[in-house]
Amino acid sequence: MDTQAAISGEIDGIHRDSDVEETQPRLDFAPYRSSVLRHPTKDLHHADPEGVELVAPVFGHSDVDPLEADLTLQPGGEPIGERIRVVGRVLDGDGRPVRGQLVEVWQANAAGRYIHKRDQHHAPLDPHFTGVGRCLTGDDGSYSFTTIKPGPYPWRNHENAWRPAHIHFSLFGSEFTQRMVTQMYFPGDPLFPLDPILQAVTQQSARDRLVARYDHEVSEHEWLLGLRWDIVLTGTHATWMEPSDGAGDEHA
Amino acid sequence: MEPVMSTPDPQQLVPTAGQTIGPFYGFALPYERGHELVPPGTPGAVRLHGTVLDGAGVPVPDAMLEIRQADPSGNVPAVEGSLRRDGTVFTGWGRCAVDPGGRYSFTTVEPGATDEGSAPFFAVTVFARGLLNRLFTRAYLPGEERLEGDRLLSGLEPERRGTLVASREDDGSLRFDVRLQGEGETVFLAFPRHGR
Repeated sequence: MDTQAAISGEIDGIHRDSDVEETQPRLDFAPYRSSVLRHPTKDLHHADPEGVELVAPVFGHSDVDPLEADLTLQPGGEPIGERIRVVGRVLDGDGRPVRGQLVEVWQANAAGRYIHKRDQHHAPLDPHFTGVGRCLTGDDGSYSFTTIKPGPYPWRNHENAWRPAHIHFSLFGSEFTQRMVTQMYFPGDPLFPLDPILQAVTQQSARDRLVARYDHEVSEHEWLLGLRWDIVLTGTHATWMEPSDGAGDEHA
Repeated sequence: MEPVMSTPDPQQLVPTAGQTIGPFYGFALPYERGHELVPPGTPGAVRLHGTVLDGAGVPVPDAMLEIRQADPSGNVPAVEGSLRRDGTVFTGWGRCAVDPGGRYSFTTVEPGATDEGSAPFFAVTVFARGLLNRLFTRAYLPGEERLEGDRLLSGLEPERRGTLVASREDDGSLRFDVRLQGEGETVFLAFPRHGR
């Protein structure tokens, strides 16, 4: 198995050759070993979205129970851990709120263990925590989940590899083209520079956008701590005209 | 959120970076009948299925696909009900995690064309452990005259077009394999405004 120093050296080398226009992760990022055989080698084909690609699936109150936004509501008792609330807004690339749309989250428990059967981490399961939540955004694009802070956990990418604590987010926009899945991280985690999944996003500014910030206005007296994290999807196309002077090239 | 000083339009925000779905979405994202856009046995129902393969030709056991499609007359449904399917509403969206052999299977109906002159297709999104961001592609219906003049297909090298066209199996089902890398690599799409 490779050492952390070897992985970190690879990461540094790739970062030196990256440029500030990169806002998305590299698909070809060898320090994340599982990506080696799973990234396309050919450039993505630039296409104009058509028909069905311009319309996202619709979700509503028949799909999602409001109680699904509270991951601490479990039969039989409460989960162990640091109770938190994560709030934010889902916006499109033009700053417009994404209204009434599905947000799904999943995460490890406070000990860094997922209930997934393939998670073999030697840490306890919590009988009162599944780590799965859903909600619909409000008219202002807002979402809110009550949960416990997940723990970091080891994985087998390299020797002594640890994932920084994170919550997985699955998001939809108003167009199918805006579909995305990402991970939210917690402020100040010392594991950030060591993690090849986060570092596949080569620019510090883009990585910073994956980190929530502590928000004391969200915290509640003698109850929980608040975090705020806004998510920006890609821009829509339905009412968008390609700039004729080439000024929009950086978005192409 | 940091202000975006470099763009001419102050309303344009930088999209949040994607990240891999990881290995442990299985208890969270798949749900009952997620892959059944219509109940099995529905008149006109067809199976859209295939295998997700990596660059060594090995099935990927931890991938997930979503499809978005029109109904047979080319209308794009915009109705809720995908997560709790009652069997009466066609929502035109579905989700399927692959099995340990990398195989997925949707039960659905064949989409009609949404635009005059374009060929009918399923819009497909691919997620997997080891895949750092989602991939978009299309699965076109086979045997359609309109494949010839389709805007997207005609812009591809001829030898790659076939990667986007499903094949008809003897049992009438549609087969669409996804090759993430290597020989026969599926054409994956970037849309305008996706950044890089």
